[in-house]
Amino acid sequence: MRRLSICCLSFLLAGPAAERAQAFCGFYVAKADTKLFNQASSVALVRDGDQTVMTMANDYQGDLKEFAIVIPVPTFIKREQIEVTDRALLDHLDAYSSPRLVEYFDPDPCQRMEVGGVLGGAPMARSAAPHRADEKSLGVTVEARYTVGEYDILILSAQESGGLETWLKENGYKVPPESPKFMLPVRLGTVNAKGPQELFVYALTRKGRVETTNYRTVRLPTGMDIPVFVKNEFGRFYKAVFSDQVRREDMRAVFLEYAWDMGWCDPCAAQPLSREELKSLGVAWTAGAPGQVTPSRRPAMVGGAGDVFLTRLHVRYDASHFPEDLVFQETADRTNFQGRFVLRHPWQGGETCDATREYRRALVDRREKEAQTLAWLTGWDINEIRGKMGNLAKISETTDRRSWRSLLSPF
Amino acid sequence: MRTPFDPRAYQIAALAGLLAYGMAGLAFEVSIARVGLLLATALATQYVGGRLARLPRFDPRSALISGLSLCLLLRTNSEALAAGTAVVTIASKFALRWRGKHVFNPTNFGLVAMILATHAVWVSPGQWGSAAFLGFLVACLGGMVVNRAARSDVTLAFLASYGALLFLRAGWLGDPMSIPLHQLESGALLIFAFFMISDPKTTPDSRAGRVLFAILVAAGGVFVQFRLYRPNGLLWSLVALSPAVPLIDRLFPGCRYHWVGRARIPARPRKGVAHAPTLDLLPQLPLGRTRG
Repeated sequence: MRRLSICCLSFLLAGPAAERAQAFCGFYVAKADTKLFNQASSVALVRDGDQTVMTMANDYQGDLKEFAIVIPVPTFIKREQIEVTDRALLDHLDAYSSPRLVEYFDPDPCQRMEVGGVLGGAPMARSAAPHRADEKSLGVTVEARYTVGEYDILILSAQESGGLETWLKENGYKVPPESPKFMLPVRLGTVNAKGPQELFVYALTRKGRVETTNYRTVRLPTGMDIPVFVKNEFGRFYKAVFSDQVRREDMRAVFLEYAWDMGWCDPCAAQPLSREELKSLGVAWTAGAPGQVTPSRRPAMVGGAGDVFLTRLHVRYDASHFPEDLVFQETADRTNFQGRFVLRHPWQGGETCDATREYRRALVDRREKEAQTLAWLTGWDINEIRGKMGNLAKISETTDRRSWRSLLSPF
Repeated sequence: MRTPFDPRAYQIAALAGLLAYGMAGLAFEVSIARVGLLLATALATQYVGGRLARLPRFDPRSALISGLSLCLLLRTNSEALAAGTAVVTIASKFALRWRGKHVFNPTNFGLVAMILATHAVWVSPGQWGSAAFLGFLVACLGGMVVNRAARSDVTLAFLASYGALLFLRAGWLGDPMSIPLHQLESGALLIFAFFMISDPKTTPDSRAGRVLFAILVAAGGVFVQFRLYRPNGLLWSLVALSPAVPLIDRLFPGCRYHWVGRARIPARPRKGVAHAPTLDLLPQLPLGRTRG
């Protein structure tokens, strides 16, 4: 039985978007998108039953003539099933699902008594040098060749990965010796990759979240309060968070960055994909008029299409830690999850009341906790973080100095 | 006389330990409330089933093992489906019987039946990762020692044949050996080998039969995993092959297993062989009414 039939394969080359939205889960500030990471590949997998539509984009730097991407497919695919599509689709998916930074502003403590608390083969290039007579003996068959857009595409079949490797070498494609096993579609990248690579997988499914079955799928830390200065360096922050998580998991896990019903978002780093965009990616099951929002969903955001569940997985891999290709399964889990980090701006009004002192005291504790959280998340030096956070007194010079001094006196 | 040690006590402790580690260390998607629900439902079903089957006393151990196994394996967004799975799991012990043995490993049957029937429950074989593998192995091997090899032949035969098949496959494909090694470094595999296929109540009575059964399940698992490309191939394989156990018992007759004291009585009267239950066993119950 054929389990996976690739009915459309889209190759993309190189590839920006930023919106600001206000929503229930905080004011959206910034996102950490895939462009932060070098050597990143992105793949969108639209999976419905046994049918998969795959869209891929590679971050390749170098001479295009030397660029090749090898994608073993489990069944023969025809020319009509391959198309070059617009990179903007994956960019939109990226923007919609990126880990995000949100901010809150503390209310006047004199108005409200509470403080703190967490709210809740590309150009198989001039390929095919003259065919060698021993292709058959290597077990490699060129099933078909196409030119789609600017790419030459060869469909090869091989009984054994060793034969395919030999064929690739003889035809001018280098396969690293440490990776004799050929990659499945999910294990993307050029055959000449140096060092660990980043892979982003956007799985669009009907039922629910997607996870890996042969590696742990780990949820990234989320919902944590971090110091306000991170606002200016969120990209650097997120890279450090991700690297630290990879280290903690000994680089043997796949990370969940986002799992959400595509009908909405909160807060939105970008609007959900429209039905047209989803259709371009291969989603064939959404019904209703283009751009229509499923009525039963929260009315928070517009433009999305219901009945599509998006899972964003992020993996940093190399051959030694990921000896086996990634194997996925679709679960029935429709629990929403997003990578979200929270900034809380202290109240800077000048009013004083009984609650102010209490607020200030809690604020000192809160800031220390934020510093420690940041140090834990990123591995950054705690003293450096405290230094960057600055002096609380400076932040609120306008507040009542007398109560402020009394607050500091214990230190 | 001192009561012989019941290996189920170790199993309960080991499963509870693994669950605690999974929840605290690996962030399993199972809450304390869910654990309570699954265990309570499993025990309640055992109680009701025992009453209906007129068992002389309520024995929570098997139900606890099934309930803890469900905590480790079953994932669903729905509390009702979680409870439903626990009911189906325990009820299968009482309802699906053949010649005094239940046909399916209860947890195996409950999971597969609910996956098929609802499409809203799932099993996450990747949740263990491979970092905890060694600790895991120690816990499982410890169980084997405690069992005093009561039925560890099925576990060993299964692991050996499954490993051999993975290495053969890798050799055939020209894969590096790191691939089958990674496939073997799986917490889910160990849970299956030590706590599911080893269930003495649902495996063949004779050693030859058990080894044959283990090899068949391993082959079936490899087939589902690598030919049909379905996850949880071993669960499917075990549930598909469990009905063959009576046939294997016919081909290779042996002694029936009983929990307490590992006393044995012949599964079927054999010509010229006297058979009598040992004292610590219940009186021979009518068909369909032995202890679970």
